[in-house]
Amino acid sequence: MREFLKNKFLRAGLVVSLLIAGVVSYYASSNPDGLEKVAEDKGFLDTAEESINAGTPLADYGINGLDNERLSVGLSGIIGVFVTLIVAFILFKTIARKGK
Amino acid sequence: MFAALLHIPDGFIDVPTSVIFMLLSTVGIAIALRGATGELDDKTAPLAGLTTVFIFAAQMINFPVAAGTSGHLLGGALAAILIGPYAATLSITIVLLLQALLFADGGLIASGLNVFNLALVGVWGSHLIFLIIRKIMPKRKNLIPVAGFIAALIQVPLAATSFVVQYAIGAEATIPVSTVFTAMVSTHLLIGIGEALITSFTLTAVLATRSDLVYGWKGIAPKLEIKKASS
Repeated sequence: MREFLKNKFLRAGLVVSLLIAGVVSYYASSNPDGLEKVAEDKGFLDTAEESINAGTPLADYGINGLDNERLSVGLSGIIGVFVTLIVAFILFKTIARKGK
Repeated sequence: MFAALLHIPDGFIDVPTSVIFMLLSTVGIAIALRGATGELDDKTAPLAGLTTVFIFAAQMINFPVAAGTSGHLLGGALAAILIGPYAATLSITIVLLLQALLFADGGLIASGLNVFNLALVGVWGSHLIFLIIRKIMPKRKNLIPVAGFIAALIQVPLAATSFVVQYAIGAEATIPVSTVFTAMVSTHLLIGIGEALITSFTLTAVLATRSDLVYGWKGIAPKLEIKKASS
């Protein structure tokens, strides 16, 4: 994981990702995405069931109980970036080592 | 009802169909785990990590397309060109599973459907299109983002069609398949333009700084020759 501090390219990529997930995410369009819009227009959105884990702390990209929308979305995005980084980095490093 | 619905929720597709696609996706992931050992080394493994992080972040940004509709990056074409199709399959799978588990985005029972459409159909469809375009295009670095643009553009309606196949097999609703097909493909053709722009822009940025790491360029890049001064 040290590579992400030492290597300029990786560090820049991580900073860009943190800015997107932590800051820009607040300005994302709140319109339904392609699938949801089609489901709504064609009338099968009501067959959707709430996820079993819909009540968990980070559900729907927010921090449960944090009222400030900007902080809530931003923090959940930053947590997501770091969790993704750890999982992906460990997996890909392990695979790279195996390939030798 | 749902604040954020990026991926297929539980309920759209019945449980037996969802389980079948969970099995298919598991087979795909197992093959990708083996194949990725040939794509990754100590230098490219961190890039694979970064690609995964970037796609997670980018998927949080829904961009407006037509009236009242938004789209977001799928990332299959981008990942396949940056790190190779096997590693890309794993990358998109990680994003989808974390989104379902941590953020309740995309159903848990539906996770196999989502992985199949985006990590398998999206990634391998894009990879195939990219290979074909690269073959007929001149081998120039600045044309890689162009090939990526086209692969990304086609990827989105392709993944949408894959959903329609799942809908045809196991929809809980009774809306005709043809109606859903027309609506899904026409909407996702528009979203494909956004996907194509983000993909080619990101590829351009990475190729400008670390082209030596880019899977889709490495294999065809002209080798540097050390020429001896002729006496």
